[in-house]
Amino acid sequence: MKAIPLSYIARNLWVRRVTTLLTAGGMALVVYVFATVLMMSEGIRSTLVATGQADNVIVLRKGAGAEINSGISRGQAAIVESLAGIATDATGRPLLSKEPVVLNNLPKRGSGKPSNVTVRGSSELGLQLRPTLRLIEGRMFRAGSSEIITGRAVAQGFQGAGLGETLRFAGRDWTVVGVFDAGGSAFDSEIWGDSEQMLQAFRRDAFSSVVFRLQDQAQFEVIQAAIEADPRLQLEAKPEIRFYAEQSEALATFISILGTSLSVVFSIGAIVGAMITMFAAVASRIGEIGTLRALGFRRGAVLLAFLGEALLLALVGGLMGLGAAALMQTVNISTTNFQTFSELAFQFKLTPAIVWKTLLFALFMGFLGGFIPAWRAARLTIVDCLRAA
Amino acid sequence: MSGPLICIESLSKAYRRGQQEIPVLLDVSLEVQAGEFVALMGPSGSGKSTLLNLIAGIDQPSSGRIIFDGVDIATLSEGALADWRATHVGFIFQFYNLMPVLTALENVELPLLLTGLSARQRRSHAEAALAMVRLDDRMDHFPNELSGGQQQRVAIARALVSDPSLIVADEPTGDLDRVTGQEVLDLLDQLNRSLGKTIVMVTHDPKAAARARRLIHLEKGVLVPDGAEAAAR
Amino acid sequence: MPFLLKLLLKNAFRHRLRTLLTLLGLVVALSAFGLLRTIVDAWYAGVEASSSTRLVSRSAISLTFPLPLSYAQRLKAVEGVSRVSWANWFGGIYITERNFFPQFAVEPASYLALYPEYRLSDEQRLAFIRDRQGAIVGRKLADKFGWKLGDQIPLRGTIYPGTWTFTLRGIWDGAEAKTDESQMLFHWGLINESLRKRFGNRADFVGVYVLGIDEPQQAPLVSQRVDAQFKNSLAETLTETESAFQLSFVSMSEAILVAVQAVSYIIVLIIMAVMANTMSMTARERLAEYATLKALGFGPGFVVQLLLGESLTIALAGGLLAVALTLPMAGAFAQAAGTLFPVFQVSALTMSLQLGAALIVGAVAAAWPAWKMSRIDIVQGLRHVA
Repeated sequence: MKAIPLSYIARNLWVRRVTTLLTAGGMALVVYVFATVLMMSEGIRSTLVATGQADNVIVLRKGAGAEINSGISRGQAAIVESLAGIATDATGRPLLSKEPVVLNNLPKRGSGKPSNVTVRGSSELGLQLRPTLRLIEGRMFRAGSSEIITGRAVAQGFQGAGLGETLRFAGRDWTVVGVFDAGGSAFDSEIWGDSEQMLQAFRRDAFSSVVFRLQDQAQFEVIQAAIEADPRLQLEAKPEIRFYAEQSEALATFISILGTSLSVVFSIGAIVGAMITMFAAVASRIGEIGTLRALGFRRGAVLLAFLGEALLLALVGGLMGLGAAALMQTVNISTTNFQTFSELAFQFKLTPAIVWKTLLFALFMGFLGGFIPAWRAARLTIVDCLRAA
Repeated sequence: MSGPLICIESLSKAYRRGQQEIPVLLDVSLEVQAGEFVALMGPSGSGKSTLLNLIAGIDQPSSGRIIFDGVDIATLSEGALADWRATHVGFIFQFYNLMPVLTALENVELPLLLTGLSARQRRSHAEAALAMVRLDDRMDHFPNELSGGQQQRVAIARALVSDPSLIVADEPTGDLDRVTGQEVLDLLDQLNRSLGKTIVMVTHDPKAAARARRLIHLEKGVLVPDGAEAAAR
Repeated sequence: MPFLLKLLLKNAFRHRLRTLLTLLGLVVALSAFGLLRTIVDAWYAGVEASSSTRLVSRSAISLTFPLPLSYAQRLKAVEGVSRVSWANWFGGIYITERNFFPQFAVEPASYLALYPEYRLSDEQRLAFIRDRQGAIVGRKLADKFGWKLGDQIPLRGTIYPGTWTFTLRGIWDGAEAKTDESQMLFHWGLINESLRKRFGNRADFVGVYVLGIDEPQQAPLVSQRVDAQFKNSLAETLTETESAFQLSFVSMSEAILVAVQAVSYIIVLIIMAVMANTMSMTARERLAEYATLKALGFGPGFVVQLLLGESLTIALAGGLLAVALTLPMAGAFAQAAGTLFPVFQVSALTMSLQLGAALIVGAVAAAWPAWKMSRIDIVQGLRHVA
């Protein structure tokens, strides 16, 4: 079947520019919301996924779910430390870190509104366990001191958290001696200090989690069984990656569902707009339809031509919306993660998959909006068209 | 030439409006030889446009046969009819019916898209057709940049370009002033005499009818035998 | 005037399909707008339900740090404090994580006295206070899970490990529509006792203290007094009004809330674009008619009235339908969200905003075409073949 030329389709959109722009504009807005939400969800997921190392294991109290709900006594931590299968560092020490994690309510820069920041007691070993962490300013805190290092997002977002500044919490003044970049992972939103100092300051005697590296990644199940079988322990072990993936689950899913359902509802408005435009397009070109059919173009060609016009319209709207959404990548955003109850800074992340999904969504809107008008156009008899022209 | 180009036998057409059937053509039979220049005339509602539409294959009869060069087009499926039109019929309308968003050249090329010709071949055929109507210097103009007469000439070029055996014209001078109308009729005349195209034209205009070589009158859906058939000139 | 109205209505329905589609778009968009606003309102529900005579005292470090039980006596002695109770966030799981609802371990008698809006029969109140393993829930929560008095309700602890079972001793009805009915309350004493046995050093700690004051204006002063009492101690406190406390939760999700609000305005823009398109199309097609009207002697103002009137009629119709649709939509959403949003009501403000948005859309959409049409040249217009 011979098709009506693309130039005919495209130029008709151009000739009625105002209508085209308004309709495409409506679609662009819907696409923008759709893409931005997906990007937000992806941003949260990838931030948390980036946080985990493939060969690291995190140990928490059984059923705790989050580090702040978990408690591991010194005795229990010592037992874990003595297990076989833990990797060692250059000096032969087990690559294992015992970390108390607390939430501290601190005021943000600018608004002064307080938000919960994760404070982690760690050590040089803890740093080694997270190779994605690099100090970009200053230096590491000294063991046994009231020095702290802050993640990039915290340094920027919270009062007194920048290099050289002082934060006051737990009855002490803590000096920020370094700022670290955690490669866009959850650690960017954390404050790190000496493990023992943190325990003292917050009057805790139990760690929140124990993190270690496996000698052999394949041996995870063995060590997991050892931990979970031990009656003294009441602990559970997870691969770090899975732990962080679970942390993002609730928030990412919530945003995803909220956003997608909103987009679907909004899309009805955009589809209606497309339908109105296409019906008008058909009505105004009835004579042309009759002529094309008289010349020998089939009904199918007419259907495809108008459907194509609707799809092209949607593509324009889709690209506009995607472009606007892509700009969101420059925006830094943070929110409280329900599961950890602490602030998480992340970015909008645009992936090829999101680009595809978005464009398909736009084209789908165009298809739904354009199909009925195109179908009606194709159903017309030649004589009716020529008469109505 | 063996027999008539078009042989219409007992052609009838009725339209359904709600529950009623409104007859438009009643048992019409006629023959058109190849190379004739025929004018269909009659008052409003006589069925002349309907007859033209049926001959051109853009409408289908309620009963009867239309045998065009041996093929009964009344029995063709819609798709086959479309293909048939693309190769056998050229159209000229009262309001030119050009695509406003296509240039003159692109408009003329349109019927060729239904053939298997390459882009270069299409272009050269279209340019030749435009040259024949003496508009090749305006081929990149859009319809709204051309006068009524020029637009109709583009339409004629379009009607010619696929070298059809039949050209149907529905009130070709209806929207033109006297002078321009004459120019268009001269062109049609030329197509008929020099190129041997068979032309069937519906018109109100007696001056246009005078240029045809045979007049057929219709009234209330039937042929009116008219002793005033112009003798072959 | 009636002539104008008749003309408007007739015009609006000339192109029935287009008008119907525009109405559909309007209704969907405006009811979505209403739903979004209601979601944002629901987020602030906790703030709305706060009492001006209650203060919340928590650890100055963060909410995740507990306060010693010993503070209770000292708090009672603070000037302006008329009543003291306490609560621990339990955070348990009822069968699956999806069945989330708030659970608090509280000091029963004093807590209920501080929350008179939780209406319980005296019989149920006494039964609860007497039974250490007893629990009370709000009506909405009971309805959701089909609980009846006497039912055994198991919770899997996350913060307090193990499986805990409570006997339902009472179901409260909220005094007002905005009162939370999706919580579960049980004895702090039960949890504490178990803690003392298993993890001795975690016992005798409280999540937050809830303080009752007599005069709302005294709130800032009393808060300061309380915090001064515990300054430089092992566990410093941060005391604030209940509404400020609830607001701090809302501000945690601030980014999301701002986004939802922004999105709700975007949708109004979307529909404005669609409607403007419709009205432009309509105006363009009626060019010859408007020229005729002008030729007949109707002033340019008349044409403007026609276009604007038609647009506003459609928009208003859409707005009213949207308001009517929002109520059942909100109902369905509340059902689906369940205990996530304890209070879910479409406010009068939301409905007026919906209608206001409809009128603005109607006016803006017709503005440019109306202005353009009022200035058409009669001759040009009459010559125009639509």
